[in-house]
Amino acid sequence: MRWLSQPASATQVTHGSRLWLYALAALVLAFLTLPTLIVVPMSFSGSQYLEFPPRQWSLRWYQSYLGSASWMQATRTSFAAGGLTMLLSTPLALMAAYGLNALRGRWAAIIYAALLTPIIVPVILVGIAVFYAYVRLKLVNSLMGIVLVHSILAIPVALIVIASALKSYDMNQELVARSLGAHRLKAFLLITLPQIRFAVITAAVLSFLTSFDEVVVALFVSGGDNSTLTRNMFNALRDQIDPTIATISTIMIVVSSLLLAVAQLFGRPKKQ
Amino acid sequence: MYVGGKARDMTVGALNAADLRRDARQEHWTMLGLTVPALLLVTVTMLVPIVWLFSLSFLADDGAFSLEHYRRMLEQPSYGRNFIVTFEISLLTTAIAIAVGYPLAYVLAQLPPRAANLCLIAVLLPFWTSLLVRTYAWLVLLQRQGLINKWGIAQGWWSEPLALVHNFSGTLIGTVHIMLPFLILPVYGTMKSIDGSLMNAAANLGASPVRAFWSIYFPLSLPGLAAGALIVFILSLGFYVTPAVLGGGKVTMVSNRIANDIEIFFNWGAASALGVVLLTLTLVIVYAAARLLGLSRIAGAGHAP
Repeated sequence: MRWLSQPASATQVTHGSRLWLYALAALVLAFLTLPTLIVVPMSFSGSQYLEFPPRQWSLRWYQSYLGSASWMQATRTSFAAGGLTMLLSTPLALMAAYGLNALRGRWAAIIYAALLTPIIVPVILVGIAVFYAYVRLKLVNSLMGIVLVHSILAIPVALIVIASALKSYDMNQELVARSLGAHRLKAFLLITLPQIRFAVITAAVLSFLTSFDEVVVALFVSGGDNSTLTRNMFNALRDQIDPTIATISTIMIVVSSLLLAVAQLFGRPKKQ
Repeated sequence: MYVGGKARDMTVGALNAADLRRDARQEHWTMLGLTVPALLLVTVTMLVPIVWLFSLSFLADDGAFSLEHYRRMLEQPSYGRNFIVTFEISLLTTAIAIAVGYPLAYVLAQLPPRAANLCLIAVLLPFWTSLLVRTYAWLVLLQRQGLINKWGIAQGWWSEPLALVHNFSGTLIGTVHIMLPFLILPVYGTMKSIDGSLMNAAANLGASPVRAFWSIYFPLSLPGLAAGALIVFILSLGFYVTPAVLGGGKVTMVSNRIANDIEIFFNWGAASALGVVLLTLTLVIVYAAARLLGLSRIAGAGHAP
Protein backbone atom coordinates (compact mmCIF):
# COMPACT_ATOMS: atom_id res chain seq x y z
CA MET A 1 0.00 0.00 0.00
CA ARG A 2 2.81 2.39 -0.82
CA TRP A 3 0.45 4.18 -3.20
CA LEU A 4 -1.53 5.54 -0.25
CA SER A 5 1.38 7.57 1.04
CA GLN A 6 2.43 8.92 -2.35
CA PRO A 7 1.61 12.51 -3.22
CA ALA A 8 -1.53 12.88 -5.34
CA SER A 9 -0.89 16.37 -6.59
CA ALA A 10 1.60 19.20 -6.61
CA THR A 11 0.48 20.20 -3.13
CA GLN A 12 1.89 16.94 -1.73
CA VAL A 13 -1.47 15.79 -0.40
CA THR A 14 -1.27 11.99 -0.23
CA HIS A 15 -3.68 9.58 -1.90
CA GLY A 16 -4.34 8.14 1.53
CA SER A 17 -5.52 11.40 3.03
CA ARG A 18 -8.04 11.95 0.29
CA LEU A 19 -9.41 8.45 -0.05
CA TRP A 20 -12.75 9.93 1.00
CA LEU A 21 -12.71 12.03 -2.17
CA TYR A 22 -12.17 8.96 -4.37
CA ALA A 23 -14.91 7.09 -2.54
CA LEU A 24 -17.32 9.99 -3.01
CA ALA A 25 -16.46 10.25 -6.72
CA ALA A 26 -17.01 6.51 -7.18
CA LEU A 27 -20.36 6.72 -5.40
CA VAL A 28 -21.49 9.60 -7.60
CA LEU A 29 -20.43 7.73 -10.75
CA ALA A 30 -22.42 4.72 -9.56
CA PHE A 31 -25.40 6.97 -8.81
CA LEU A 32 -25.21 8.35 -12.35
CA THR A 33 -24.93 5.08 -14.24
CA LEU A 34 -26.37 2.15 -12.26
CA PRO A 35 -30.04 3.17 -11.99
CA THR A 36 -30.38 3.38 -15.75
CA LEU A 37 -28.47 0.19 -16.44
CA ILE A 38 -30.44 -1.85 -13.93
CA VAL A 39 -33.46 -1.61 -16.22
CA VAL A 40 -31.67 -3.67 -18.88
CA PRO A 41 -31.55 -7.08 -17.13
CA MET A 42 -35.07 -6.51 -15.79
CA SER A 43 -36.41 -6.33 -19.33
CA PHE A 44 -35.34 -9.96 -19.91
CA SER A 45 -37.52 -11.21 -17.08
CA GLY A 46 -39.81 -14.17 -17.60
CA SER A 47 -42.24 -13.07 -14.92
CA GLN A 48 -45.30 -10.84 -14.91
CA TYR A 49 -43.55 -8.40 -12.61
CA LEU A 50 -40.32 -6.52 -12.56
CA GLU A 51 -37.61 -8.53 -10.84
CA PHE A 52 -33.94 -8.04 -10.26
CA PRO A 53 -32.17 -10.24 -10.92
CA PRO A 54 -34.90 -12.04 -12.90
CA ARG A 55 -35.54 -15.56 -11.60
CA GLN A 56 -36.25 -16.71 -15.10
CA TRP A 57 -34.80 -15.23 -18.26
CA SER A 58 -36.93 -14.82 -21.36
CA LEU A 59 -37.65 -12.63 -24.33
CA ARG A 60 -41.39 -12.59 -23.76
CA TRP A 61 -41.57 -8.84 -23.18
CA TYR A 62 -39.63 -8.19 -26.37
CA GLN A 63 -42.10 -10.44 -28.19
CA SER A 64 -45.01 -8.60 -26.66
CA TYR A 65 -43.46 -5.27 -27.68
CA LEU A 66 -42.77 -6.42 -31.24
CA GLY A 67 -46.23 -7.94 -31.47
CA SER A 68 -48.05 -4.81 -30.35
CA ALA A 69 -49.37 -2.72 -33.23
CA SER A 70 -49.60 0.45 -31.13
CA TRP A 71 -46.03 0.23 -29.79
CA MET A 72 -44.73 -0.48 -33.29
CA GLN A 73 -46.66 2.48 -34.64
CA ALA A 74 -45.22 4.72 -31.92
CA THR A 75 -41.70 3.45 -32.60
CA ARG A 76 -42.05 4.27 -36.30
CA THR A 77 -43.36 7.75 -35.45
CA SER A 78 -40.48 8.44 -33.07
CA PHE A 79 -37.83 7.37 -35.58
CA ALA A 80 -39.50 9.35 -38.36
CA ALA A 81 -39.84 12.46 -36.19
CA GLY A 82 -36.22 12.12 -35.00
CA GLY A 83 -34.87 11.64 -38.52
CA LEU A 84 -36.85 14.52 -40.02
CA THR A 85 -35.94 16.79 -37.09
CA MET A 86 -32.29 15.97 -37.68
CA LEU A 87 -32.61 16.72 -41.41
CA LEU A 88 -34.34 20.04 -40.78
CA SER A 89 -32.46 21.42 -37.80
CA THR A 90 -28.85 20.47 -38.65
CA PRO A 91 -28.65 22.46 -41.93
CA LEU A 92 -30.51 25.41 -40.42
CA ALA A 93 -28.19 25.45 -37.41
CA LEU A 94 -25.13 25.08 -39.65
CA MET A 95 -26.21 28.03 -41.82
CA ALA A 96 -26.99 30.18 -38.79
CA ALA A 97 -23.71 29.26 -37.09
CA TYR A 98 -21.74 30.12 -40.22
CA GLY A 99 -23.53 33.45 -40.63
CA LEU A 100 -23.14 34.38 -36.97
CA ASN A 101 -19.47 33.43 -37.01
CA ALA A 102 -18.86 35.82 -39.91
CA LEU A 103 -21.02 38.58 -38.47
CA ARG A 104 -19.83 38.80 -34.85
CA GLY A 105 -20.75 42.06 -33.13
CA ARG A 106 -23.95 43.16 -31.46
CA TRP A 107 -26.44 41.82 -34.01
CA ALA A 108 -24.81 38.40 -33.93
CA ALA A 109 -25.16 38.33 -30.14
CA ILE A 110 -28.84 39.24 -30.33
CA ILE A 111 -29.63 36.65 -33.01
CA TYR A 112 -27.65 34.01 -31.12
CA ALA A 113 -29.63 34.73 -27.96
CA ALA A 114 -32.91 34.62 -29.89
CA LEU A 115 -32.02 31.23 -31.37
CA LEU A 116 -31.21 29.89 -27.90
CA THR A 117 -34.58 30.90 -26.40
CA PRO A 118 -36.20 27.49 -27.07
CA ILE A 119 -34.00 25.86 -24.42
CA ILE A 120 -34.50 28.68 -21.92
CA VAL A 121 -38.30 28.86 -22.15
CA PRO A 122 -39.82 26.15 -19.90
CA VAL A 123 -40.78 23.34 -22.24
CA ILE A 124 -44.31 23.07 -20.83
CA LEU A 125 -44.99 26.57 -22.18
CA VAL A 126 -43.73 25.59 -25.61
CA GLY A 127 -45.98 22.54 -25.42
CA ILE A 128 -49.23 24.28 -24.55
CA ALA A 129 -48.60 27.37 -26.68
CA VAL A 130 -47.91 25.26 -29.74
CA PHE A 131 -50.89 23.05 -28.94
CA TYR A 132 -53.09 26.13 -28.75
CA ALA A 133 -51.86 27.33 -32.14
CA TYR A 134 -51.94 23.86 -33.75
CA VAL A 135 -55.59 23.31 -32.83
CA ARG A 136 -56.42 26.29 -35.01
CA LEU A 137 -54.03 25.30 -37.78
CA LYS A 138 -55.24 21.67 -37.71
CA LEU A 139 -51.67 20.44 -37.11
CA VAL A 140 -52.36 18.52 -33.87
CA ASN A 141 -51.44 14.83 -34.15
CA SER A 142 -49.59 15.38 -37.42
CA LEU A 143 -46.02 14.29 -38.04
CA MET A 144 -45.17 17.66 -39.54
CA GLY A 145 -46.44 19.40 -36.41
CA ILE A 146 -44.14 17.33 -34.17
CA VAL A 147 -41.13 17.80 -36.45
CA LEU A 148 -41.52 21.59 -36.52
CA VAL A 149 -41.54 21.93 -32.72
CA HIS A 150 -38.83 19.34 -32.18
CA SER A 151 -36.67 21.20 -34.69
CA ILE A 152 -36.84 24.46 -32.77
CA LEU A 153 -35.87 22.54 -29.62
CA ALA A 154 -32.97 20.91 -31.49
CA ILE A 155 -31.65 24.05 -33.23
CA PRO A 156 -30.15 25.61 -30.05
CA VAL A 157 -28.31 22.38 -29.20
CA ALA A 158 -26.97 21.98 -32.75
CA LEU A 159 -26.11 25.67 -32.94
CA ILE A 160 -24.07 25.63 -29.71
CA VAL A 161 -22.07 22.61 -30.88
CA ILE A 162 -21.36 23.93 -34.39
CA ALA A 163 -20.73 27.53 -33.30
CA SER A 164 -18.08 26.48 -30.80
CA ALA A 165 -16.34 24.40 -33.48
CA LEU A 166 -16.36 27.34 -35.92
CA LYS A 167 -14.94 29.60 -33.24
CA SER A 168 -11.73 27.59 -33.11
CA TYR A 169 -11.61 27.14 -36.91
CA ASP A 170 -9.36 29.42 -38.94
CA MET A 171 -11.63 30.98 -41.57
CA ASN A 172 -8.58 32.19 -43.55
CA GLN A 173 -8.33 28.68 -44.99
CA GLU A 174 -11.65 29.21 -46.73
CA LEU A 175 -10.53 32.66 -47.92
CA VAL A 176 -7.43 31.08 -49.44
CA ALA A 177 -9.58 28.63 -51.40
CA ARG A 178 -11.77 31.45 -52.63
CA SER A 179 -8.87 33.64 -53.62
CA LEU A 180 -7.65 30.68 -55.69
CA GLY A 181 -10.94 30.81 -57.57
CA ALA A 182 -13.25 28.43 -55.71
CA HIS A 183 -16.87 29.45 -55.43
CA ARG A 184 -17.85 30.28 -51.86
CA LEU A 185 -20.12 27.26 -51.45
CA LYS A 186 -17.49 24.97 -52.94
CA ALA A 187 -14.83 26.44 -50.64
CA PHE A 188 -17.11 25.82 -47.67
CA LEU A 189 -17.97 22.26 -48.68
CA LEU A 190 -14.40 21.22 -49.54
CA ILE A 191 -12.37 23.12 -46.97
CA THR A 192 -14.45 24.13 -43.96
CA LEU A 193 -17.04 21.36 -43.67
CA PRO A 194 -14.55 18.46 -43.50
CA GLN A 195 -12.73 20.19 -40.66
CA ILE A 196 -15.80 20.84 -38.56
CA ARG A 197 -17.46 17.53 -39.38
CA PHE A 198 -17.09 16.25 -35.83
CA ALA A 199 -19.27 19.09 -34.60
CA VAL A 200 -21.76 18.64 -37.45
CA ILE A 201 -22.12 14.90 -36.82
CA THR A 202 -22.49 15.52 -33.08
CA ALA A 203 -25.07 18.22 -33.79
CA ALA A 204 -27.04 15.89 -36.07
CA VAL A 205 -26.98 13.07 -33.53
CA LEU A 206 -28.02 15.39 -30.71
CA SER A 207 -30.84 16.77 -32.88
CA PHE A 208 -32.13 13.26 -33.47
CA LEU A 209 -31.97 12.46 -29.76
CA THR A 210 -33.60 15.76 -28.79
CA SER A 211 -36.64 14.71 -30.78
CA PHE A 212 -36.46 10.99 -30.00
CA ASP A 213 -36.33 11.58 -26.22
CA GLU A 214 -38.70 14.54 -26.03
CA VAL A 215 -41.77 13.97 -23.84
CA VAL A 216 -43.58 17.15 -22.87
CA VAL A 217 -44.31 18.70 -26.26
CA ALA A 218 -45.14 15.26 -27.64
CA LEU A 219 -47.72 14.81 -24.85
CA PHE A 220 -49.63 17.80 -26.15
CA VAL A 221 -49.14 17.83 -29.92
CA SER A 222 -48.74 14.16 -30.84
CA GLY A 223 -51.43 11.56 -30.65
CA GLY A 224 -53.56 9.09 -32.54
CA ASP A 225 -51.61 7.41 -35.34
CA ASN A 226 -48.73 9.79 -34.78
CA SER A 227 -48.28 9.21 -31.07
CA THR A 228 -44.59 9.07 -30.16
CA LEU A 229 -42.90 6.33 -28.16
CA THR A 230 -42.23 8.66 -25.24
CA ARG A 231 -45.85 9.83 -25.15
CA ASN A 232 -47.13 6.25 -24.98
CA MET A 233 -44.52 5.38 -22.36
CA PHE A 234 -45.43 8.36 -20.19
CA ASN A 235 -49.10 7.44 -20.27
CA ALA A 236 -48.34 3.77 -19.58
CA LEU A 237 -46.10 4.67 -16.61
CA ARG A 238 -48.99 6.21 -14.76
CA ASP A 239 -51.22 3.15 -14.64
CA GLN A 240 -49.16 0.02 -15.19
CA ILE A 241 -45.71 -1.09 -14.28
CA ASP A 242 -45.03 -4.17 -16.36
CA PRO A 243 -41.74 -5.15 -17.96
CA THR A 244 -42.84 -3.89 -21.41
CA ILE A 245 -41.72 -0.41 -20.35
CA ALA A 246 -38.37 -1.86 -19.22
CA THR A 247 -38.05 -3.45 -22.67
CA ILE A 248 -38.72 -0.18 -24.45
CA SER A 249 -36.39 1.63 -22.06
CA THR A 250 -33.67 -0.88 -22.92
CA ILE A 251 -34.20 -0.27 -26.62
CA MET A 252 -33.98 3.48 -26.08
CA ILE A 253 -30.78 3.08 -24.04
CA VAL A 254 -29.29 1.00 -26.86
CA VAL A 255 -30.26 3.65 -29.45
CA SER A 256 -28.66 6.43 -27.36
CA SER A 257 -25.48 4.43 -26.70
CA LEU A 258 -25.10 3.49 -30.36
CA LEU A 259 -25.49 7.11 -31.44
CA LEU A 260 -23.01 8.24 -28.77
CA ALA A 261 -20.55 5.65 -30.10
CA VAL A 262 -21.15 6.78 -33.69
CA ALA A 263 -20.46 10.39 -32.79
CA GLN A 264 -17.30 9.40 -30.90
CA LEU A 265 -15.92 7.04 -33.55
CA PHE A 266 -16.71 8.68 -36.87
CA GLY A 267 -16.36 12.29 -36.00
CA ARG A 268 -13.54 12.42 -33.51
CA PRO A 269 -11.12 15.12 -34.64
CA LYS A 270 -7.74 13.78 -35.69
CA LYS A 271 -4.98 14.37 -33.21
CA GLN A 272 -2.39 16.67 -34.68
CA MET B 1 -11.57 41.69 -45.05
CA TYR B 2 -13.76 40.04 -47.64
CA VAL B 3 -13.10 40.78 -51.29
CA GLY B 4 -16.12 39.87 -53.38
CA GLY B 5 -16.15 37.83 -56.57
CA LYS B 6 -16.43 40.75 -58.93
CA ALA B 7 -13.70 42.75 -57.26
CA ARG B 8 -11.28 39.87 -57.64
CA ASP B 9 -10.98 40.45 -61.38
CA MET B 10 -10.26 44.11 -61.05
CA THR B 11 -6.81 45.51 -60.89
CA VAL B 12 -5.71 46.73 -57.50
CA GLY B 13 -5.82 50.30 -58.65
CA ALA B 14 -9.48 50.08 -59.63
CA LEU B 15 -10.50 49.02 -56.15
CA ASN B 16 -11.87 52.01 -54.42
CA ALA B 17 -13.36 52.69 -51.07
CA ALA B 18 -16.95 52.79 -52.33
CA ASP B 19 -16.68 49.32 -53.86
CA LEU B 20 -15.18 47.91 -50.70
CA ARG B 21 -17.94 49.39 -48.62
CA ARG B 22 -20.57 47.99 -50.94
CA ASP B 23 -18.96 44.57 -50.75
CA ALA B 24 -18.81 44.73 -46.97
CA ARG B 25 -22.49 45.68 -46.84
CA GLN B 26 -23.40 42.88 -49.20
CA GLU B 27 -21.38 40.43 -47.14
CA HIS B 28 -23.14 41.66 -44.01
CA TRP B 29 -26.60 41.07 -45.50
CA THR B 30 -25.65 37.68 -46.93
CA MET B 31 -24.47 36.50 -43.54
CA LEU B 32 -27.58 37.88 -41.87
CA GLY B 33 -29.61 36.06 -44.52
CA LEU B 34 -28.05 32.75 -43.53
CA THR B 35 -29.55 33.06 -40.05
CA VAL B 36 -33.03 33.90 -41.35
CA PRO B 37 -34.40 30.37 -41.91
CA ALA B 38 -33.59 29.32 -38.33
CA LEU B 39 -34.88 32.62 -36.92
CA LEU B 40 -38.07 32.33 -38.96
CA LEU B 41 -38.72 28.79 -37.76
CA VAL B 42 -38.18 29.71 -34.10
CA THR B 43 -40.34 32.82 -34.42
CA VAL B 44 -43.25 31.20 -36.24
CA THR B 45 -43.28 27.93 -34.32
CA MET B 46 -42.56 29.20 -30.84
CA LEU B 47 -42.57 32.94 -30.26
CA VAL B 48 -45.84 33.70 -32.06
CA PRO B 49 -47.80 30.90 -30.31
CA ILE B 50 -46.37 31.96 -26.93
CA VAL B 51 -47.39 35.59 -27.42
CA TRP B 52 -50.80 34.38 -28.57
CA LEU B 53 -51.13 32.15 -25.51
CA PHE B 54 -49.98 34.90 -23.15
CA SER B 55 -52.61 37.28 -24.50
CA LEU B 56 -55.20 34.90 -23.03
CA SER B 57 -53.99 35.65 -19.52
CA PHE B 58 -55.31 39.20 -19.81
CA LEU B 59 -58.77 38.17 -21.00
CA ALA B 60 -61.81 37.26 -18.93
CA ASP B 61 -64.15 34.46 -20.07
CA ASP B 62 -66.22 36.96 -22.04
CA GLY B 63 -63.17 38.14 -23.96
CA ALA B 64 -62.85 41.53 -22.26
CA PHE B 65 -59.58 42.76 -20.78
CA SER B 66 -59.18 41.78 -17.14
CA LEU B 67 -56.54 40.88 -14.61
CA GLU B 68 -58.72 38.30 -12.85
CA HIS B 69 -56.30 35.43 -13.57
CA TYR B 70 -53.47 37.30 -11.89
CA ARG B 71 -55.70 38.39 -9.01
CA ARG B 72 -56.75 34.78 -8.43
CA MET B 73 -53.11 33.74 -8.39
CA LEU B 74 -52.51 36.17 -5.52
CA GLU B 75 -55.69 35.21 -3.66
CA GLN B 76 -55.50 31.43 -3.83
CA PRO B 77 -52.79 30.08 -1.53
CA SER B 78 -52.43 26.92 -3.66
CA TYR B 79 -50.66 28.93 -6.38
CA GLY B 80 -48.20 30.28 -3.84
CA ARG B 81 -47.52 26.72 -2.69
CA ASN B 82 -46.74 25.68 -6.28
CA PHE B 83 -44.14 28.41 -6.54
CA ILE B 84 -42.65 27.55 -3.14
CA VAL B 85 -42.33 23.87 -4.05
CA THR B 86 -40.79 24.82 -7.39
CA PHE B 87 -38.16 26.98 -5.74
CA GLU B 88 -37.49 24.39 -3.02
CA ILE B 89 -36.88 21.65 -5.57
CA SER B 90 -34.77 23.90 -7.78
CA LEU B 91 -32.60 25.27 -4.97
CA LEU B 92 -32.10 21.89 -3.31
CA THR B 93 -31.32 20.25 -6.65
CA THR B 94 -28.73 22.91 -7.41
CA ALA B 95 -27.18 22.64 -3.93
CA ILE B 96 -26.99 18.83 -4.01
CA ALA B 97 -25.68 18.83 -7.58
CA ILE B 98 -22.88 21.18 -6.51
CA ALA B 99 -22.11 19.16 -3.38
CA VAL B 100 -21.72 15.84 -5.21
CA GLY B 101 -20.90 17.01 -8.74
CA TYR B 102 -18.01 19.33 -7.91
CA PRO B 103 -15.91 16.67 -6.11
CA LEU B 104 -16.49 14.22 -8.98
CA ALA B 105 -15.43 16.81 -11.56
CA TYR B 106 -12.36 17.56 -9.39
CA VAL B 107 -11.30 13.91 -9.34
CA LEU B 108 -12.01 13.51 -13.09
CA ALA B 109 -9.91 16.57 -13.90
CA GLN B 110 -6.89 15.00 -12.19
CA LEU B 111 -7.16 11.47 -13.58
CA PRO B 112 -4.81 10.38 -16.37
CA PRO B 113 -6.47 11.02 -19.77
CA ARG B 114 -7.49 7.42 -20.51
CA ALA B 115 -9.20 6.89 -17.15
CA ALA B 116 -10.76 10.34 -17.32
CA ASN B 117 -12.28 9.58 -20.73
CA LEU B 118 -13.72 6.32 -19.46
CA CYS B 119 -15.31 8.07 -16.48
CA LEU B 120 -16.55 10.88 -18.72
CA ILE B 121 -18.48 8.33 -20.77
CA ALA B 122 -20.15 7.30 -17.52
CA VAL B 123 -21.20 10.94 -17.11
CA LEU B 124 -22.24 11.32 -20.75
CA LEU B 125 -24.24 8.11 -20.98
CA PRO B 126 -27.03 9.28 -18.66
CA PHE B 127 -26.78 12.70 -20.35
CA TRP B 128 -27.64 11.03 -23.66
CA THR B 129 -30.23 8.66 -22.28
CA SER B 130 -33.89 9.60 -22.40
CA LEU B 131 -35.05 11.57 -19.39
CA LEU B 132 -38.19 9.44 -19.30
CA VAL B 133 -36.18 6.21 -19.19
CA ARG B 134 -34.11 7.51 -16.29
CA THR B 135 -37.18 8.67 -14.42
CA TYR B 136 -38.76 5.26 -14.99
CA ALA B 137 -35.63 3.58 -13.62
CA TRP B 138 -35.98 5.55 -10.39
CA LEU B 139 -39.64 4.58 -10.14
CA VAL B 140 -38.58 0.92 -10.41
CA LEU B 141 -35.88 1.36 -7.76
CA LEU B 142 -37.77 3.47 -5.24
CA GLN B 143 -41.36 2.20 -5.24
CA ARG B 144 -42.84 0.25 -2.32
CA GLN B 145 -42.13 -3.10 -3.96
CA GLY B 146 -39.00 -1.70 -5.57
CA LEU B 147 -35.41 -2.88 -5.40
CA ILE B 148 -34.24 -0.57 -2.65
CA ASN B 149 -37.10 -1.46 -0.33
CA LYS B 150 -36.69 -5.19 -1.06
CA TRP B 151 -32.95 -5.09 -0.38
CA GLY B 152 -33.33 -2.93 2.69
CA ILE B 153 -35.88 -5.31 4.19
CA ALA B 154 -33.89 -8.41 3.20
CA GLN B 155 -30.82 -6.96 4.92
CA GLY B 156 -32.92 -6.13 7.97
CA TRP B 157 -32.20 -2.40 7.78
CA TRP B 158 -35.88 -1.55 7.98
CA SER B 159 -38.98 -3.71 8.29
CA GLU B 160 -41.77 -1.78 6.56
CA PRO B 161 -41.44 -0.55 2.97
CA LEU B 162 -40.32 3.08 3.10
CA ALA B 163 -42.20 5.70 1.11
CA LEU B 164 -39.31 6.70 -1.13
CA VAL B 165 -41.28 7.77 -4.15
CA HIS B 166 -44.53 9.58 -5.00
CA ASN B 167 -43.37 12.34 -2.69
CA PHE B 168 -40.93 15.22 -2.35
CA SER B 169 -37.81 13.14 -1.73
CA GLY B 170 -38.45 10.88 -4.72
CA THR B 171 -38.85 13.90 -6.96
CA LEU B 172 -35.66 15.41 -5.58
CA ILE B 173 -33.63 12.23 -6.16
CA GLY B 174 -34.88 12.00 -9.74
CA THR B 175 -34.26 15.67 -10.47
CA VAL B 176 -30.71 15.58 -9.08
CA HIS B 177 -29.96 12.51 -11.21
CA ILE B 178 -31.20 14.24 -14.37
CA MET B 179 -29.38 17.51 -13.65
CA LEU B 180 -25.96 16.28 -12.44
CA PRO B 181 -24.29 16.04 -15.88
CA PHE B 182 -25.34 19.64 -16.62
CA LEU B 183 -23.25 20.69 -13.63
CA ILE B 184 -20.34 18.27 -13.98
CA LEU B 185 -19.51 18.97 -17.64
CA PRO B 186 -18.96 22.76 -17.44
CA VAL B 187 -17.12 22.44 -14.11
CA TYR B 188 -14.87 19.74 -15.59
CA GLY B 189 -14.23 21.91 -18.64
CA THR B 190 -13.16 24.86 -16.51
CA MET B 191 -10.97 22.72 -14.25
CA LYS B 192 -9.14 21.25 -17.23
CA SER B 193 -8.17 24.75 -18.31
CA ILE B 194 -6.65 25.67 -14.94
CA ASP B 195 -2.88 25.98 -15.20
CA GLY B 196 -1.36 23.25 -13.01
CA SER B 197 1.78 25.23 -12.30
CA LEU B 198 -0.29 27.63 -10.16
CA MET B 199 -0.81 24.84 -7.64
CA ASN B 200 2.92 24.05 -7.80
CA ALA B 201 3.62 27.67 -7.01
CA ALA B 202 1.18 27.69 -4.12
CA ALA B 203 2.77 24.56 -2.64
CA ASN B 204 6.21 25.96 -3.22
CA LEU B 205 5.28 29.09 -1.30
CA GLY B 206 4.24 26.96 1.66
CA ALA B 207 0.46 26.73 1.29
CA SER B 208 -1.11 23.62 2.78
CA PRO B 209 -3.13 21.47 0.32
CA VAL B 210 -6.38 22.78 1.80
CA ARG B 211 -5.26 26.40 1.66
CA ALA B 212 -3.96 26.05 -1.91
CA PHE B 213 -7.26 24.55 -2.99
CA TRP B 214 -9.44 27.24 -1.45
CA SER B 215 -7.36 30.25 -2.35
CA ILE B 216 -6.15 29.21 -5.82
CA TYR B 217 -8.03 26.31 -7.37
CA PHE B 218 -11.57 26.96 -6.22
CA PRO B 219 -11.74 30.63 -7.32
CA LEU B 220 -10.39 29.64 -10.74
CA SER B 221 -13.06 26.96 -11.13
CA LEU B 222 -15.88 29.35 -10.16
CA PRO B 223 -16.89 30.43 -13.70
CA GLY B 224 -17.68 26.84 -14.66
CA LEU B 225 -19.43 26.22 -11.36
CA ALA B 226 -21.56 29.34 -11.73
CA ALA B 227 -22.51 28.46 -15.30
CA GLY B 228 -23.36 24.88 -14.36
CA ALA B 229 -25.36 25.91 -11.29
CA LEU B 230 -27.33 28.44 -13.34
CA ILE B 231 -28.19 25.87 -16.02
CA VAL B 232 -29.31 23.38 -13.37
CA PHE B 233 -31.42 25.96 -11.57
CA ILE B 234 -33.11 27.27 -14.74
CA LEU B 235 -33.86 23.80 -16.07
CA SER B 236 -35.23 22.72 -12.68
CA LEU B 237 -37.61 25.69 -12.54
CA GLY B 238 -39.41 24.42 -15.64
CA PHE B 239 -39.30 20.72 -14.80
CA TYR B 240 -42.40 18.71 -15.64
CA VAL B 241 -41.79 15.01 -16.31
CA THR B 242 -39.92 13.96 -13.18
CA PRO B 243 -42.31 15.58 -10.64
CA ALA B 244 -45.26 14.22 -12.63
CA VAL B 245 -43.95 10.63 -12.48
CA LEU B 246 -42.03 10.54 -9.19
CA GLY B 247 -44.12 13.10 -7.30
CA GLY B 248 -47.25 11.00 -7.50
CA GLY B 249 -49.53 14.04 -7.59
CA LYS B 250 -48.18 15.30 -4.27
CA VAL B 251 -45.43 17.46 -5.72
CA THR B 252 -47.06 20.02 -7.98
CA MET B 253 -44.45 22.30 -9.46
CA VAL B 254 -45.53 25.27 -11.55
CA SER B 255 -45.18 23.30 -14.80
CA ASN B 256 -47.43 20.55 -13.44
CA ARG B 257 -49.97 23.11 -12.30
CA ILE B 258 -50.03 24.63 -15.78
CA ALA B 259 -50.65 21.21 -17.32
CA ASN B 260 -53.37 20.45 -14.76
CA ASP B 261 -55.12 23.75 -15.42
CA ILE B 262 -55.40 22.78 -19.07
CA GLU B 263 -55.91 19.01 -18.96
CA ILE B 264 -58.33 18.93 -16.02
CA PHE B 265 -59.91 22.37 -15.83
CA PHE B 266 -59.57 23.58 -19.45
CA ASN B 267 -58.67 26.94 -17.92
CA TRP B 268 -56.40 28.47 -20.54
CA GLY B 269 -56.44 31.89 -18.90
CA ALA B 270 -55.13 30.57 -15.56
CA ALA B 271 -52.51 28.38 -17.23
CA SER B 272 -51.39 31.27 -19.36
CA ALA B 273 -51.07 33.66 -16.40
CA LEU B 274 -48.93 31.06 -14.58
CA GLY B 275 -46.85 30.72 -17.71
CA VAL B 276 -46.28 34.48 -17.87
CA VAL B 277 -45.03 34.51 -14.28
CA LEU B 278 -42.84 31.42 -14.73
CA LEU B 279 -41.26 32.72 -17.93
CA THR B 280 -40.70 36.18 -16.44
CA LEU B 281 -38.94 34.67 -13.42
CA THR B 282 -36.79 32.50 -15.68
CA LEU B 283 -35.82 35.36 -17.96
CA VAL B 284 -35.02 37.70 -15.07
CA ILE B 285 -32.69 35.09 -13.57
CA VAL B 286 -31.02 34.38 -16.93
CA TYR B 287 -30.64 38.09 -17.61
CA ALA B 288 -29.17 38.83 -14.20
CA ALA B 289 -26.74 35.93 -14.52
CA ALA B 290 -25.83 36.94 -18.06
CA ARG B 291 -24.94 40.42 -16.85
CA LEU B 292 -22.85 38.99 -14.04
CA LEU B 293 -21.10 36.22 -15.96
CA GLY B 294 -21.25 37.06 -19.65
CA LEU B 295 -23.80 35.27 -21.83
CA SER B 296 -21.40 33.53 -24.19
CA ARG B 297 -19.81 31.67 -21.33
CA ILE B 298 -23.15 30.32 -20.17
CA ALA B 299 -24.19 29.34 -23.67
CA GLY B 300 -20.90 27.66 -24.41
CA ALA B 301 -20.74 25.69 -21.20
CA GLY B 302 -23.97 23.77 -21.53
CA HIS B 303 -22.99 21.03 -23.94
CA ALA B 304 -20.83 17.96 -23.91
CA PRO B 305 -17.19 18.41 -24.90
